[in-house]
Amino acid sequence: MDWETLILSFKLAICTMLVLLPVGIMIGRMLAYQRFHGRMLIMACIALPLVLPPTVLGFYLLSVFGEPSSLGHWYHQLTGHSLAFSFDGLLLASVIFNLPFAIWPMQHAFKTIATDIREAAWCCGLSHSSTFWQIELPLAWPGIAAALVLVFAHTLGEFGVVLMVGGNIPGETRTASIAIYDYMQVLNDDAAGRLSALLLAFAFTSIILINLLNRPFLKHEHKRIL
Amino acid sequence: MNTSASSEYLHVDVRQTGPIPLNTRFSCQQHEFIVLVGPSGSGKTTLLRSIAGLYQPKHCYISCAGETWSNSKKNINYAAQRRRIGIVFQHYALFPHLSVSRNIELACGNIPNDKKMKHIHEMLELVNLEGLEDRYPAQLSGGQQQRVALARALAREPAILLLDEPFSAVDQVTRRKLRRELARLRQKLNIPIVLVTHDLDEARMLADRICIIHDGASLQTGTPEEVLTRPVNAQVAQLIDLGNLFTGEIIRHDPEKRCTWLRWGKLELECALQEEFTIGQRVDWVIPPDGIILHRRDRPSRGEHENPVSGIVEQCIPLGENTSVLMNVNDQETLSFNVPTHVARRNNIAEGEKITVSLLANVIHFMQK
Repeated sequence: MDWETLILSFKLAICTMLVLLPVGIMIGRMLAYQRFHGRMLIMACIALPLVLPPTVLGFYLLSVFGEPSSLGHWYHQLTGHSLAFSFDGLLLASVIFNLPFAIWPMQHAFKTIATDIREAAWCCGLSHSSTFWQIELPLAWPGIAAALVLVFAHTLGEFGVVLMVGGNIPGETRTASIAIYDYMQVLNDDAAGRLSALLLAFAFTSIILINLLNRPFLKHEHKRIL
Repeated sequence: MNTSASSEYLHVDVRQTGPIPLNTRFSCQQHEFIVLVGPSGSGKTTLLRSIAGLYQPKHCYISCAGETWSNSKKNINYAAQRRRIGIVFQHYALFPHLSVSRNIELACGNIPNDKKMKHIHEMLELVNLEGLEDRYPAQLSGGQQQRVALARALAREPAILLLDEPFSAVDQVTRRKLRRELARLRQKLNIPIVLVTHDLDEARMLADRICIIHDGASLQTGTPEEVLTRPVNAQVAQLIDLGNLFTGEIIRHDPEKRCTWLRWGKLELECALQEEFTIGQRVDWVIPPDGIILHRRDRPSRGEHENPVSGIVEQCIPLGENTSVLMNVNDQETLSFNVPTHVARRNNIAEGEKITVSLLANVIHFMQK
C-alpha cells in the first residue's frame, strides 16, 4: 500500500475541512439569514467550481499562484518558495474547489432553523453571539458535519485541479487519485486496484455517514412542517 | 403621534404606510388582558412583533412600565434583548435540542445562578408541568409544549406577556383546557397580557378589552360586550361576523317612550332611544342573532308585540343543539338567527314555511354610515 500518498491525501482533506469549517459557517450563515446587494453574485462564485471543467479552474488557479501574479509573488517573498506545485497551493486550490460542497449544506442547515426559534432566543435575552453558540450552531450541526464529510470525501477523490495546480511531486502534491492514475500508466493494476478499493470503501462510508448525520436534521424539518 | 409619557402601563402607537400598513394606537393598564383580534394578514402579529422589538415600524412610540422602548422621533429603539418581554410564539418556538428545564434556564439570564433551579421549578409549578424537566420538546404533547413556552416567557420576569395565537396549534379539547389555565394564571400575574387571535370566542372569553385590527389599523377598542354588540361601524360589524347588518333611515325620536323609530324597507322598527342620530339620517344597523325571537305557532309568545317581522324560511340547517335559520323578509333582506333544534322541530320550521319573529328593540344598534 502506498502509505505516503494516502497520508498526504488525508492531510490535505483534513486541512481543507479545518479551513472550510469556519469559512463555510460564516458564509453559509450569512447567505441563509441576510439579504444584501451582490448576494446572487457571491452565490454564483461559490457554485462556479461545480460547473467549470477542473482543467479550466486549475489553469486559472495556476495563473494566480505563479510568481508573476501579485499573490504568487507575495507568497514567494513571505515563504521563499512558490505557491504553485506546493502543498500550500494545493490546499488553497482544494479549499476553492470545495466551496460549494461546504457552503451549500451549511447554508441549508442554518436556513432550516425557523426564524421564530432565533427570535425566541433574543426574546429570552440571549445576545446574537449567545444565540449563535447556544441555539444556531447545535441545531445546524448535523448539516455542518455532513458538509465536512462531503468535503473530506470530495478532496480525497479530486483529480483534475490537483494535477493542474500540484503536479505530481511525491510527498508534496502526489495524492491518492494521482497515484492511481500513475499506477495505471505503468500497468501496475494491483497497486491501482488496492488504492481504488480503499477510496471506494471510504466514499461509500462517507455517503452513509452523511445520510445518518442528516437524519435528525430532517426529523426537525418534518416536525416543523407538520 | 403621542410621544409624551403616558399614565398607562403600556402605550403603543405605531404608524407606517408600507410595506405592512400599520396605524394602531392602544394602551393598557398593569393588570389588563387585551386581545388584538383581526383576520389573517391584518397586521396583528406585526404589531406584537413591534412591541417585542422584532420589527421596527417607521413611526412608533412604545413605552412599558415607565420605560420608553421605542421612539422613532428620538431614535430610540431597544433591541428585543433589552425589552422586558415574555413572548409565546404561535408554534411555541421551543429550542428542540434542549430539555424543558434548559429551555427555561436560557430565559433566566437575570436570575442569580444559585436561585436559577428554584426559579425554574417555580415556573414549571406555575404552569402545572412539574416532573417533565428532563423531557425534550419532541417528547411533549402540544398542550405541554405550550405550557413550557409560557413558563419560558415568564421565567425572565417580564414587564409584559405577549401571546401570538397560542392556542391555534392544539386540538379543541386542549384549547379549552389551556384557555381555562391561562385565565387562572392571569390572576397570579401582575403584568398586562396582550394576546393576538382571530378567534372571537377566545377574545370574548379571555379579554378585559378587545382591539379590532384590520389592515394594520385599530378600528375599535372596548370591552368584549361593547365591541361585540355595539360595533362602531359596518366594517367592524362585518369583521366580528355580525350577520344581521342592514341599512335604514331614522324616522323619529320619542324621548318620552325612550325610543327611536327606524324605517327598514317597508317596515318601521322601534329601537332604544339613540338621539345622536338625526331624523332622516341613513344609518347602518345590526341586531345580534340572540335578539331575534321566534314566535311560537301553537300559542302566543312573550314579547310578540315587539317589532314583529314575518318572512319565508330560506334555509334551515340543524347544527347539533341549535338550528341555523335564514329568513327572507319582503324578498329584500335576510335575517339570520338560531333556534334550539327541538323548538325548530316543534314549530315545523322548514324551507319555504312562513314564520314570524320579533326583533328586540333594546339590542338594535345604529352605526354612522
